[in-house]
Amino acid sequence: MNAPVALEASHLARFYEVSRGAFRPSATIRALAEASFVLEAGRTLAVVGESGCGKSTLARLVTMIEPPSAGRLMIGDTDIASADHAALKKLRSEVQIVFQNPYGSLNPRQKIGDALAEPLLINRKSMSASERRAAVLDMLKRVGLRPEHIDRYPHMFSGGQRQRIAIARALMLRPKILVLDEPVSALDVSVQAQVLNLLVELQESLGLSYLFISHGLSVVRHMADEIVVMYLGRIVEKAPREKLFAEPLHPYTQALLSATPVADPDRHRDRIRLKGELPSPFNPPQGCAFHPRCPLAFDRCRVERPELAWHGETQVACWAVDRDSAARSKAKPGVA
Amino acid sequence: MALLEISDLTVEFKTGGGQFRAVDSVSLSVDKSEILAIVGESGSGKSVAMLAVMGLLPWTATVTAKTLAFDGRDLLSLTPRERRRLIGKDIAMIFQEPMSSLNPCFTVGYQIGESLKVHLGLDKAARKQRSLELLASVGIPDPERRLTAFPHQLSGGMSQRVMIAIALACRPKLIIADEPTTALDVTIQAQILELLVSLQKETGTGLVLITHDMGVVAETAERVSVHYAGQKIEEQPVRELFADPHHPYTAALLAALPERAKGRRLPSIPGVVPGQFDRPPACLFEPRCHFATERCREKAPPRQGAIAGLALCHYPLTHGRPVGHPHPEGREIAA
Repeated sequence: MNAPVALEASHLARFYEVSRGAFRPSATIRALAEASFVLEAGRTLAVVGESGCGKSTLARLVTMIEPPSAGRLMIGDTDIASADHAALKKLRSEVQIVFQNPYGSLNPRQKIGDALAEPLLINRKSMSASERRAAVLDMLKRVGLRPEHIDRYPHMFSGGQRQRIAIARALMLRPKILVLDEPVSALDVSVQAQVLNLLVELQESLGLSYLFISHGLSVVRHMADEIVVMYLGRIVEKAPREKLFAEPLHPYTQALLSATPVADPDRHRDRIRLKGELPSPFNPPQGCAFHPRCPLAFDRCRVERPELAWHGETQVACWAVDRDSAARSKAKPGVA
Repeated sequence: MALLEISDLTVEFKTGGGQFRAVDSVSLSVDKSEILAIVGESGSGKSVAMLAVMGLLPWTATVTAKTLAFDGRDLLSLTPRERRRLIGKDIAMIFQEPMSSLNPCFTVGYQIGESLKVHLGLDKAARKQRSLELLASVGIPDPERRLTAFPHQLSGGMSQRVMIAIALACRPKLIIADEPTTALDVTIQAQILELLVSLQKETGTGLVLITHDMGVVAETAERVSVHYAGQKIEEQPVRELFADPHHPYTAALLAALPERAKGRRLPSIPGVVPGQFDRPPACLFEPRCHFATERCREKAPPRQGAIAGLALCHYPLTHGRPVGHPHPEGREIAA
């Protein structure tokens, strides 16, 4: 628990102003309403949720592509709100990102060698051309590509190889934190396993901290140390991996787990069926954002929003869970 | 007699670099009220084979087959007019991206009514009646209002429900669903698969489910056909396939799933699927196969019997051990 902290977010939020036509006032979308979490050095924190839950917005905030609308983001022991230009520049090279689509994230007109050298060209101005080339060759080897690939263009590579290149580029500046935004969801199963293995190896050899964003729970189960489940811009459950899969507490987590198809035809189970779809982020439901789809919802959920509360090793934001645990131990006062 | 009977289907595309064989002598059959899953990675020809059945391939494609028959009718000798009468009525297809398979310019009601008008000749009132029934049966709340909605007003899950309603409109005998849930979120995916299977059970249609997701296969299919680089390499009932895969590729694919992993390192398959210019001469999986030998490089593998899952392999596996293999422990391959 006392490992050094690589990244700490407290009450992080991001709102967007959206124009709704000439005659209507613009609306505010709370893409990320509130998120607090800690990423420990050398570990993997996974963020899971369906589309629209704010996980990619979170990635944009953590990589400092966008400033947060509210809340505090600490990288290492620097607060990004108070950091000056030079400090921010240094921080940006410490947090790098790998995007989902390896076909769209590489410039088709740039050779792989140039793409990998570019971060050095901009951020390590004192490096000579031969040093840069040596660094690029070293990184190509680390991600399992061959030296002759240095002069090739992105279209000459397969999806898995491109994702390796994207990872190599992200690692050129030797960052401490790597944000992986759905790094394997565009890849086939056999190639996905290769890339996941590479990520595990790199984490061990370079001591990286991963913020692993995904909608696939089976991949997360393999990679993560700790998991954060998000729904409509908020964290609904936060737990260590084993705990989350063995004993999910929030009804949304339970539904997500039971909806994930498992490659075992003999597994019989009662699927928790969620009614309806994700509500519009323009007017999220009153109270708990999940209550219109929740099988456990009762009166309190419709009016009052639950906050994250500790239940053993897990933090959950749910009135039903609070009520049940309060009922179990009457002596303890209700958790608010 | 099976509903859909395919034997030795081959599809070749004319490309700049010569002929490319996307589907290589594939044989399949689908019965009434049966769910057949076709599994494979990208480039395995699973979609192209089904598009050939539908007659939806572009002119650059050459389709040849020993038999390609639906409900006793030969699909290859149909005139375009006869084909149009069959497609969309007796065989319906659901595509991967619901958002882009609906026409953005027309309302949902119009698009459902279209096939009712063309194939069944229903009048306006009957069309509306049937469209309402269909929307209700695919679980769309407030169908009356949704009839006049345009596709952009619907979410991904809703659009896919509309696509299913369109596919079901003329009570088809066979539905081909090409990755119907790949673009959707997991909770919505679960809803759509459940809907598809319950409708299929109710109406007794045959269902071909094309997918790359082994989890979806395990939970929905009854029989599974595994494809690799255009060939069908194995076919087994679903439970047997997951318990004892006979082709080394199927075994490796199942082992590479993160949820089946034992340790931190996944047993991945080295290399990539062969493309147009690097097709191996004999067995297509040979360069990536743990058990490949000289014989696999020189002689095209035979089709094994039903006991060995119709595997296309010299040394089919039985409980992970290759039968008749000189070195059953296999070899190491560099990635």
